[in-house]
Amino acid sequence: MKSQTKKPVKELEDLGEKLVSDIEKGVNPAIEFSLRSLSNIVFDTKTKTLGLGDKQQQRTFFNVAHAKKFLQTLEIAKVSKNLLNAGKHASLRDVFYMAKRTIQSSNINIVDEQPESDGAIEDLELITDCSREQLNINANKMGSVAGNVTIEDAGDTINWAKLGSGGWSIPSNVEDIEFKSVKAKYVIYMEKQAVWERLHEDKFWEKQNCLIVTSQGQTTRGIRRILQRLSQEHELPIYVLADFDPWGFYIYSVLKFGSINLAHMSGTMTLQNARFLGITADDALNYDLKKHFIKFKDVDMTRLKQISDYDWFKKNKEWQRQFKMMKDFGAKLEIQALSSRGITFISDKYLPEKIKKQELLD
Amino acid sequence: MNETPIAYELAKKQKEISVAEFFTKNRHLLGFDNKRKALLMSVKEAVDNSLDACEEARILPEINVEIIQMSEFKYRVIVEDNGPGIVKKQIPNIFAKLLYGSKFHTLRQARGQQGIGISAAVLYGQLTTGRAVKITSRVSKKEASFYYELNIDTQNNKPSILKEETVEWQKEHGTKVEIDLEAEYLKGNQSVDEYLKQTAVINPHITIIYTNPKSEQVIYARATDKLPDEPKEIKPHPYGIELGMLIDKLRWTESRTLQRFLTSEFSRVGPGTAKEICGHSGILPNTKPSQVSRDVAEKILEGIQKTKIIAPPTDCLSPIGEELLEKGLRKEIKAEFYCAASRSPSVYRGNPFLLECGIAYGGEIPKEEKANILRFANRVPLLYQEGACAMTKSIMETNWKAYGLQQSGDSIPIGPVVIVAHMASVWVPFTSESKEAIAHYPEIIKEIKLALQECGRRLGMYVRKKVRISDQIERANMFEKYIPEVADSLSVLTGEKKDKILQGLQKMLVKPEIKKEIIEEDSDDKLYKMEFGKKEGGES
Repeated sequence: MKSQTKKPVKELEDLGEKLVSDIEKGVNPAIEFSLRSLSNIVFDTKTKTLGLGDKQQQRTFFNVAHAKKFLQTLEIAKVSKNLLNAGKHASLRDVFYMAKRTIQSSNINIVDEQPESDGAIEDLELITDCSREQLNINANKMGSVAGNVTIEDAGDTINWAKLGSGGWSIPSNVEDIEFKSVKAKYVIYMEKQAVWERLHEDKFWEKQNCLIVTSQGQTTRGIRRILQRLSQEHELPIYVLADFDPWGFYIYSVLKFGSINLAHMSGTMTLQNARFLGITADDALNYDLKKHFIKFKDVDMTRLKQISDYDWFKKNKEWQRQFKMMKDFGAKLEIQALSSRGITFISDKYLPEKIKKQELLD
Repeated sequence: MNETPIAYELAKKQKEISVAEFFTKNRHLLGFDNKRKALLMSVKEAVDNSLDACEEARILPEINVEIIQMSEFKYRVIVEDNGPGIVKKQIPNIFAKLLYGSKFHTLRQARGQQGIGISAAVLYGQLTTGRAVKITSRVSKKEASFYYELNIDTQNNKPSILKEETVEWQKEHGTKVEIDLEAEYLKGNQSVDEYLKQTAVINPHITIIYTNPKSEQVIYARATDKLPDEPKEIKPHPYGIELGMLIDKLRWTESRTLQRFLTSEFSRVGPGTAKEICGHSGILPNTKPSQVSRDVAEKILEGIQKTKIIAPPTDCLSPIGEELLEKGLRKEIKAEFYCAASRSPSVYRGNPFLLECGIAYGGEIPKEEKANILRFANRVPLLYQEGACAMTKSIMETNWKAYGLQQSGDSIPIGPVVIVAHMASVWVPFTSESKEAIAHYPEIIKEIKLALQECGRRLGMYVRKKVRISDQIERANMFEKYIPEVADSLSVLTGEKKDKILQGLQKMLVKPEIKKEIIEEDSDDKLYKMEFGKKEGGES
């Protein structure tokens, strides 16, 4: 057995033995772990991250409301133990199908929908204090990176500068990657694959001596983790490039402060030295982008209100100014609006200027 | 040239039409529209008469009904009762003269109000088979039994006696009637079988022995020896009177003054109220009733409406009562839950009335079908015109979902349920002369709904309890199913033998403190689930 699988296996065995001993004693088998609900989410003003509070929850088997979840949690634990023993990895979707079956002589499925197995996996992370990657469960890879970096992954040496137009796709589990050399001054993370492709084609990373990272839509765990490692191990600042809309702000918020859903993972996920690069309300004025405004819908306004009420934005004057301007505009902007000024405007003018002037939001 | 106006010529053809002749040509007005309904109507008229007679004489009714098929569409109906019998000279009039009877002119809760009378069945039989009706009746063991064979003289609406004799009869008192008629026997919703069964439900004090044309005998035995209280006859209440009726009463009264007339012919009118009515009508109280013209009568009617008169007495009604209604349901319908509700009397247009409802639920009643509705008026089943009846309307407008049944919009609920509605009144308002649907008076609909709701609430409690118990059983089963899965997972995690864990868990299942956990609901987790729903990532 590989050394890094020792801890998760031990944790899973401990869980099993605790429950078996409950049964032997004739007491209702119970799993205790931190309550993963909004009422137990706290914002640590010191570390500036979201985390779980002290509240504990007990999941017992002989309880109408808990039984199904108890069953699902143990099912996932079993799946994970089998994966660890076999030295194989499975995706979230695989695990869902491994758990999805009908209980004998009944019409009850152990899980019906993937959110159920995903939830059980997240619970198991809390229970065992191991990330799902440690439990040999991975998400799909969904991001790309390019830049002057050489790494070693699963015995292969890879140079992120020499991977053609596609770049290196970031796996779900980046724990075992070893950085051989990192030649960059900063990292730009962007929410749009298309913008990444633009910068990659313009060889932006080469000209500016930086790394460019993207994911499709929401930032996956693998990307958050690799950004954190680059920022912590190589002290690179992370600049976030997102659309000028509440959802773009939210991507930044999750990257920097953590999310409610993964509050238990905040320690390995959050990026305290991430900065918001754009698109800002000021950019809309400075770069004459107002004519490309997309009018707000009701949901946008609601979301904006929610985000502006977040603890970590509430006392931030700069951010509140952005929110207010967006509210006054009643409109949003896409990164690609910059292309109206010329296809390479973003890599030739916008980004270099912004970074030079350090026009960043904290 | 013949100068005689044509009208004189026409006048030669104009003559009185006998009631009997009229009904000969309009048999559907009596309910004899088709062969199947004719059979039902004949049995119904005979049975209703028998029951009314028995109850009036305070005799527990025992009625023998027999239907014999003689050829494809020729049947013989024999109804025999243990009632008081009929005195000799009245027999021909009762059976062979249309519109002869004792009930039409009275205001009293009685069955007979609803039919045109047994003579209609006799007439129908005579028309379709040419046969006479045969009657045997005896009033006391001290007197002889009389046997009659009668026809109706349709020209003059008079009985014509074909045979009259004294016979030997083992019964001490009672009446037996035999009618041959063209008919068709079918089972189902509007059959004689159904009519008798429903009659047995709503009259738990009667016994019916019924032999159908297939020689199958059913005995509906009585569930109680208590006869219903005798309904009292009442005078009409002023609020219910109509102009024509008022004019008639004024003409035939023996009272000398209008005030006297009002106090003696109506209920709830004393000298004070009578004076008030006269005052409101602008007529002197000492006016002679015979001198009141049509216009003045109309003024009296207006005066009545302006006067505050207390509601009519309601002790004239004889309800079945919750207990007996439930008993009636129990003995004829195999269900698992029964309940009944009896409202206190109420008034529509000056007529006292009272509503009773009952419900039978579950058991052998079909689950996925529309509720079976049994409608009754003065203890008589209403089998036709369900859609036009105020009872059906009230049932459809009641929210049965609240009581655990399925229902889409305002429709008849679906579920294993029989709903009984009974209206007792001195005058049941029917929508038409066939007397099968109750008119939509708001006062009546309100009372039906209140009675239904009372039953519904009890039904709802039962259904919910049943659901709760079956939920608990299901939950206990659920744990039994989960146990092997949990044991398997734990066995993989620990290397412990699966069977050992399995047995450990199964042993716990019967522990009282564990049982309590299984049966009690925990709402804590709902919150968790709600928040769990707000997933943010788009990962897969």
